[in-house]
Amino acid sequence: MSKKLIRLADCCMAFDGELVLDHINLYFNDSEFLTLLGPSGCGKTTTLRIIGGFLTPTSGEVLFDGARINDIPPNLRQVNTVFQRYALFPHLNVFENVAFGLRIPKTADDGRKKVRVPEEEIRSRVLEMLEVVSLKGFERRRINELSGGQQQRVAIARALVNRPKVLLLDEPLGALDLRLRKDMQSELKRIQQQLGITFIYVTHDQEEALAMSDTIVVMDQGRIQQIGTPEDIYNEPKNAFVADFIGESNILDGVMHEDYVVEFFNRKFKCLDKGFAPMESVDVVIRPEDIDIVPQEKGQLRGTVTSVTFKGVHYDTIVDFKGFKWLIQTTDYHPEGETIGIVLNPDDIHIMRKSEYSGMFGDYSSYSEEYEEIGGFDGAEEAAREAGHEE
Amino acid sequence: MRNKRALFAVPYVGWMALFVLAPIVMVVIYAFSAASGGFTLDNFARMGTYAVVFARSFKLALIATAVCLLVGYPVAYMISREGPRFQRIAMMLVMLPMWMNFLLRTYSWMSILENTGLLNRFFSAVGLIGLVNRLCGTDLAYFPMINTQGAVVLGMVYNYLPFMILPIYSVIEKLDGSLLEAARDLGANSARVFLRVILPLSLPGVLSGVTMVFVPSVSTFAISKLLGGSNELLLGDLIEQQFLGTAYNPYLGSAIALVMMVIVVVCMAVMNRFGEGEEQAVML
Amino acid sequence: MKRHGRTLNRLLMALVFLFLYAPIFVLIVFSFNDSSSRTVWQGFTLRWYVELVQDRQIMSALSATLLVSLLSTVIATAAGTMAAVGFFSMKKRWRRPLLTVNSIPMTNADIVTGVSLCLLFVAFFAGWETFAQSVNAAQGLIRLPTRLHMGFGTLLIAHITFNIPYVILNVLPKLRQMDKNLVDAAQDLGCTWMQAFWKVVLPEIKPGIVSGALIAFTMSVDDFVISYFTAGSATSTLAMVVYGMTKRRISPKINAISSLLFGTVLALLVIVNVREARQEKQMAQRRL
Repeated sequence: MSKKLIRLADCCMAFDGELVLDHINLYFNDSEFLTLLGPSGCGKTTTLRIIGGFLTPTSGEVLFDGARINDIPPNLRQVNTVFQRYALFPHLNVFENVAFGLRIPKTADDGRKKVRVPEEEIRSRVLEMLEVVSLKGFERRRINELSGGQQQRVAIARALVNRPKVLLLDEPLGALDLRLRKDMQSELKRIQQQLGITFIYVTHDQEEALAMSDTIVVMDQGRIQQIGTPEDIYNEPKNAFVADFIGESNILDGVMHEDYVVEFFNRKFKCLDKGFAPMESVDVVIRPEDIDIVPQEKGQLRGTVTSVTFKGVHYDTIVDFKGFKWLIQTTDYHPEGETIGIVLNPDDIHIMRKSEYSGMFGDYSSYSEEYEEIGGFDGAEEAAREAGHEE
Repeated sequence: MRNKRALFAVPYVGWMALFVLAPIVMVVIYAFSAASGGFTLDNFARMGTYAVVFARSFKLALIATAVCLLVGYPVAYMISREGPRFQRIAMMLVMLPMWMNFLLRTYSWMSILENTGLLNRFFSAVGLIGLVNRLCGTDLAYFPMINTQGAVVLGMVYNYLPFMILPIYSVIEKLDGSLLEAARDLGANSARVFLRVILPLSLPGVLSGVTMVFVPSVSTFAISKLLGGSNELLLGDLIEQQFLGTAYNPYLGSAIALVMMVIVVVCMAVMNRFGEGEEQAVML
Repeated sequence: MKRHGRTLNRLLMALVFLFLYAPIFVLIVFSFNDSSSRTVWQGFTLRWYVELVQDRQIMSALSATLLVSLLSTVIATAAGTMAAVGFFSMKKRWRRPLLTVNSIPMTNADIVTGVSLCLLFVAFFAGWETFAQSVNAAQGLIRLPTRLHMGFGTLLIAHITFNIPYVILNVLPKLRQMDKNLVDAAQDLGCTWMQAFWKVVLPEIKPGIVSGALIAFTMSVDDFVISYFTAGSATSTLAMVVYGMTKRRISPKINAISSLLFGTVLALLVIVNVREARQEKQMAQRRL
């Protein structure tokens, strides 16, 4: 990853006095696939709209190739967007939708003269792009005759045909069903690699983010929580929020006695983390799939199974350790009421500094409700955005 | 950025100030002025002498509104139950008469209702007049229909019935079909579905229909002049006389107009209380 | 049982339509009557149509009616669409009261709208007279006309005033229904806001504009009361001519002109509908 194409320098955004983006500092490399990931209302769509030019940040700078573009309107930016629910023009057919941007006369670099793309070039570029998104032969179809997945492809083609340096995608797969979503994920990745341009992708779906991205930016409450590769984010979450939002996590209070030694449940465990102050309070993260269940006499900790759910590949087993409930994912079945032991290896234990999110996540006492919250359409954020935008 | 676009409304806001609000201010000023100038409440005091006219106007307008509702609601409902093609044509047929000026249509009723008009000729041809004369012991040469209050109500119903059908239809037509299915599913029979679901949900349409019929009915002057003769004076006639007629007195006319405006405001307030969807309901 | 109810429904509807169209039918039939009686049939003639064309008063009323309806519709449609875009972009606390004022001409009794505009025009003309006299007295270069009268101009203003609200009320919901991202998308693809408006917004809200214009035109053609109070004595619309005749005798020429108008509208509607039906058929075939 070479050069920094876009930079957000200390960007804040407030709607009616309410801070939606809180001092965002972020850069986007050339030809990378970057995902802004976070729950509804975290500011990810606002960030995207600032880059697209639909919003001007209340303070801070947006830099493109080193030049300030805060006040450049969207039509003059070398950035194109794939909108939530596509925003295809219903009165135009597929070809005309894709050709839309090419038909707008552009002011040439040298002066005031308007330059039009010749009709033949429009034709070849549109057809070429329809081929990239596997929609050859659909040129004359009307938008309302297309399926959701096909509309999605038209929206991508319509944006890419203008050869933008950056493509912004605002929850583009949100309206598709699960299978189609999986297909489109690999399709998008393929297109991005084929064309070698920067994709900035907004989603609240952590699986989607992990599967496609080179870099993930986790956001919450208008702040960046962590930036890193999918592996970094999953394995080394910076705080309880990230640990909880990316995958399942058991998060408990612990005390760092010295480097590589942490205490929780009144027991010392070996770990791989260092650099904490002696006796510093920390959050301890243990991923459910890292825990090994052993016969109770061999376990470091002992608990009782309170519920078991079959998930296909594995069982979700909830185990009660002295009132604190853990989620453990194993392939073997342990019935409700059974007392089991567990073993934690040093590399299963991840230590995080205390943060404002400590104590808010990672307890599975109300297991089923917690599961419900995951997924769902990003309606709240949109509502917030519209409220700020319109009124 | 978006707010700049709000400036597009500025010319029209100016237009409204000049041609909507200013005229109303004029009416208010005139209503409280004496012919010799200066503030007075005389214009309102003098309205007492026209209490009969007020009462008659309200009575006829209420009857006409009730008839329009009783006829218009079922028609709107029945149209909405038909296929889309039928619906489109039917609604067009409801609108179509409006393209012929309402005075021309009302004029046509004159020739139908006259003493020597088409209806009376028809009745005497089939022997109905003779039959009635024999049964009741009367000696009628014709049924007196024109220049009666009945004829005025008929004229109102005829002219304003589309204003009742259109808003009711547009509300019923937009009702979510799954709501009706849900009501059915929960065990309601057709009568119950209608009473408990369709009727309450179509209330905004009914209210806007009622206003759209009542307001022009209570204020009409042409219909009463054409079909009511000179003896069935209505509020509208009264106002017209004060401005363009023989009894020139714009001060009294303005006072009556002001009262009429208050009536409309009250109607609107009642409507707003009942239905939030009033803005859509007025739409055709 | 169900079929039975349906027939009954249709019968009731037919009766209502008979009620709506009987007077129109009578009007048309007697436009061909070879007598000036409007109730006794004396044989077929076209003479009323011939006389109609020669009748100066009716022809000028017809042209005034059509001109004021068309002009006010065109102006109100353009102005109303523009105003609707403005209202749409406005903050709610501004839009609310403005929409209330906007709905006044629609909800107020016609006669109130008519007389209030009449008062305004009279007051304005009185003010103008004083103004013009003083200007004329002060200098000799330009002579301003001192006496202004209500006429076609005031009639047009009145019609525009009561037509714009209908256009706004038809366009505004279409703007609200429109996917807000469409404008963003157009701008994203290189349009300025103005280009986006012409290329994307206008096609999207076109149905609202068309129905708004249609209703505006209908209201204009149908109006008598407001015209009566704002047209002055020199200008007359068809309805005013008819109203003037009721005191004397209404000429069958009025039947003739009414029939012509009705026939024209009917023909237009049929053409539009046949075309629409044909287009829909084509669409359906294409989809197969």
